[in-house]
Amino acid sequence: MATHEIIIAGFGGQGVLTAGQLLAYAGLAEKKHVSWFPAYGPEQRGGTANCSVVLSDRPVSSPVVSEPTAVVAMNQPSVDRFEPLVRAGGALVVNTSLARRKSPRQDLTVVEVPATEIAGELGNLRVANLVAVGALLAATGAVRPESVLEALKKLLGPGKAALLPLNRKALERGLAIGRRLLAAAET
Amino acid sequence: MAIAATQAEPATEALLYKGNEALGEAAVRAGCRFFFGYPITPQSELPAYMARRLPEVGGVYLQAESEVAAINMVLGASAAGVRVMTSSSGPGFSLKQEGISYLVGCELPAVLVNIMRGGPGLGNILPSQADYFQATKGGGHGDYRLIVLAPAGVQELADLTGLAFDLADVYRNPVIVLGDGLLGQMMEPVRFPALRPAPDPPDWALTGARGRPRRLITSIHLAAEALEAHNQRLQAKFARMAERETRWEAVETEGARLVVVAYGTASRIARAAVELAREEGLPVGLLRPITLWPFPAKPLAELAGGDAARFLAVELSAGQMVEDVRLAVAGRAPVEFYGRMGGAVPTPREILEVIRRQLGGDGR
Repeated sequence: MATHEIIIAGFGGQGVLTAGQLLAYAGLAEKKHVSWFPAYGPEQRGGTANCSVVLSDRPVSSPVVSEPTAVVAMNQPSVDRFEPLVRAGGALVVNTSLARRKSPRQDLTVVEVPATEIAGELGNLRVANLVAVGALLAATGAVRPESVLEALKKLLGPGKAALLPLNRKALERGLAIGRRLLAAAET
Repeated sequence: MAIAATQAEPATEALLYKGNEALGEAAVRAGCRFFFGYPITPQSELPAYMARRLPEVGGVYLQAESEVAAINMVLGASAAGVRVMTSSSGPGFSLKQEGISYLVGCELPAVLVNIMRGGPGLGNILPSQADYFQATKGGGHGDYRLIVLAPAGVQELADLTGLAFDLADVYRNPVIVLGDGLLGQMMEPVRFPALRPAPDPPDWALTGARGRPRRLITSIHLAAEALEAHNQRLQAKFARMAERETRWEAVETEGARLVVVAYGTASRIARAAVELAREEGLPVGLLRPITLWPFPAKPLAELAGGDAARFLAVELSAGQMVEDVRLAVAGRAPVEFYGRMGGAVPTPREILEVIRRQLGGDGR
């Protein structure tokens, strides 16, 4: 692994900041250098939120990501804003439940996943972020899914441990869809 | 939000902490048991952390009615000989300036945190470094100096906060920890030292005079002779600080033709730009001041007398530290400046462009 510079973006309430923290915790557990930085200024108003996560073998220089290697866009405004920034050869995960436009970029690995609908099927819209994280891991291998689950266990704590199976299912659904799409693209 | 229990009091494994919260935990572990402040973004996680944490170690958190009240509570607690801290951001830190001057005049230690935001005035809540002049050149009235520590990451926020308490006690002078919104809000791994007990009050503290001669802590000296003598003593102390406490980090400055000078958040981004430049074979290094006062003028002067043909100061301001770089370089090489203001943060590539332009002609 070199360096993963990831932006996760969406509406407030979609769990994008938590998703980023999970990646950072997972990276830390894998002894990587990590940083997490939330957009906390006026761009957070109007209901949008995003965070930058860096996972690297080397100490992290800039925690602010301007040319991401991967973007998770949980809604259409996030696709519009961050799709142009992704580095050539990078990955773009689109939550097609809330972003309908097809990405015109041919130089990216685009993973389209109806994260919100899948979360609905699983019975809780709040796990859409885990579906998207699963798809991201399929596309990038930034961290191991087991590390994310371990981080989740710690983050939920004993009080919310009952939510773990649901979150695990969401992550696995995202992973499976991501892997299937990528395998199809290769053949 | 920290997932590992902060009640663990020995030295810790690497934990993921927000900068503001790491600062709070580091203060507690350094023996700080008193915090007085008033909330303001982007540092409010720090008082929130102290409100939760200090009672666990027998300390006191108190939200004052204003920043002015908070800094005077700090003065009172410090006079009683305890380790005490306050924190704020831009507008709130401006309100503390009178009290800071009194702390210096009374020779009282304290740790003062400014997590800078965009100004002037109410400005905004985004990262900025535009309070450099205020922190390093005074801010309050009278002839005084404060050690100003400028961390560039969450681990260093914790490390320098511990150091700040020690330096404040050694010199009986307030110490500023100067961060910005980005440092305060970001999360990085951090290892904390073991929890230190609160130290006993020093022998000058106001602890009740029963059975001993009375002590006096004051900043008023009405006669010119008395106040001049007091000032001379303070100046001798500031000179000792300048001699002993200058800190900096040099990254690949040996043989560098262009030396980028940046601190705090700006140094993180400048460092990424320097790495990109070196990948292109450009002879660039980075000098990162860790103390802004005393400023690392000597290493800069040595670089100017050596291989460095140019300097580039990068700040999240209109250009404040650059004045100290120019004083240090003293005309031996051109000193250029690149900055963003109002909460805008440059990208590494943006700084790389400036580096390329600087080295375009005779640089190589």
